[in-house]
Amino acid sequence: MAQAFKTKLRAEGISMVFKRDGNSTSVLDNISLDVGDGEFLCLLGPSGCGKSTLLNTMAGFLSPTGGEVRIDGEVVTGPDPRRIFVFQERGVFPWLTVEGNIGFGLFKLSRGERERRIAHYIKLVGLQGFEKAYPQELSGGMKQRLEVARALAVNPDTLYLDEPFGALDSITRLIMRGELLRIWEAERKTIIFVTHDIEEAVQLADRVVVMSARPARIQQIVEIDIPHPRDISSPRYLELRDGIFEQIGLAHKI
Amino acid sequence: MNSLAQPAKWEKVLWPLLAGAVFLAGWHFSVKYSGSKIFPSPVDVQKGVAELLRKGVLWGYIVDSLRRVGVGFSLAALLGIPAGLILGWYPAAGQVVNPVIQMLRPISPIAWIPLSIVWFGVGDAAAIYLIFLGAFFPIVVASMNGVRNVPSMFRRAGRNFGLKPAQLLAKVVFPAALPQIIMGLRIALGIAWLVVVAAEMIAVDSGLGYLVIDARNSGKRYDLVVAAMLLIGLIGLMLDIAFRRLEKLKSVRWGFRLEA
Repeated sequence: MAQAFKTKLRAEGISMVFKRDGNSTSVLDNISLDVGDGEFLCLLGPSGCGKSTLLNTMAGFLSPTGGEVRIDGEVVTGPDPRRIFVFQERGVFPWLTVEGNIGFGLFKLSRGERERRIAHYIKLVGLQGFEKAYPQELSGGMKQRLEVARALAVNPDTLYLDEPFGALDSITRLIMRGELLRIWEAERKTIIFVTHDIEEAVQLADRVVVMSARPARIQQIVEIDIPHPRDISSPRYLELRDGIFEQIGLAHKI
Repeated sequence: MNSLAQPAKWEKVLWPLLAGAVFLAGWHFSVKYSGSKIFPSPVDVQKGVAELLRKGVLWGYIVDSLRRVGVGFSLAALLGIPAGLILGWYPAAGQVVNPVIQMLRPISPIAWIPLSIVWFGVGDAAAIYLIFLGAFFPIVVASMNGVRNVPSMFRRAGRNFGLKPAQLLAKVVFPAALPQIIMGLRIALGIAWLVVVAAEMIAVDSGLGYLVIDARNSGKRYDLVVAAMLLIGLIGLMLDIAFRRLEKLKSVRWGFRLEA
């Protein structure tokens, strides 16, 4: 990273044990991690490893059974509009138009300011001409952009993205990665992005946190020292990607 | 034509008309060849309707029935939707009250007739009370289930944007549950229309239900009985069609998978 590392979020000794029907399952095991201000961090791990659980504790939707999450030094106790969680595109409200969705979190602002922000973010995510459209009239990629716009409109300093492009087709997914990087470069939010896709992580992140299978531990943190736009056939890209493949214990031969 | 082809506009009109014509013809000839002295033919029924119109009672009866349904159904919606929202919102309250609702629900409103006459006397109020009872429970249950079925993702998104519980209920939970609530209202309206006929046979002396029983009691006028029955069916159908237009509103259409 070019700029000096300033901690935005600090996870200290996060553990999570779920108790169900008398059985207890350890999902997160003593995870400590610092996320820099304005950093793009990917949490990478196999499906079901607990990376979503970690993201949910960072967002305040779940309280960890051990340890704590601090943001700007404050302990996280619940969700907060300063940090918005983006689901797969299913999180947009189907009863509101594109405008209504983007304006959803802006109820405290004056009408003029609200309209200005809505217009700004419609433009930023390229949904001009669809202001009055309902989500069911939009494609999957458009819905995903709408959800990102709704999140950005409240001007949060952190975005949590939980496999946001998982439900999109592979071409749309590639386009959306480019869009997200463009938006990130324009707005410089701290982004914590959960994925199980190694390529996606290496294309997007400043650092990739590789997690083990359940109970999740941090296996390795890989710094992706390639400037954007990244050449995904460059030797360094392939080297980093293959390193992670090996780390996870996969040979990439089919 | 394969099953994916959209029927042409004329087909949508033609087939129901044809089915109607076949039905009327079948009815006409079965009355004619069975030599029934009681069951009226379509022509008798048509004459009966004309007679009722001439006497000037028909419109009054229709308006009376619609008014009772309108009042009873509106009261049921006005009380039932908030009750259902609260029961769905507070699972503990739902658990306490739900067994009572589930026990009262299968009791036909008809069974309430004696009590409603004791409480409200013979007249409009008793009939409206029965309609209210018939419509209230489906509305409560649909609203309650609507709230319970709101995906947790929507609630979480609402909380994430800093909504307080009352705002969350008004801005997220209610609109998310609205398609189910509308479905419940539609079912309730159908029930209300069934109940008004029964209520009017006993508790009042006007309306389409009264027409059915009065035509039989005063001179065995089965032409008028069948005429009233057909009118009840027709108006019920029109109420349902009118109500279905609500489902086409854009802010709720997402909740209805079977698009016409």
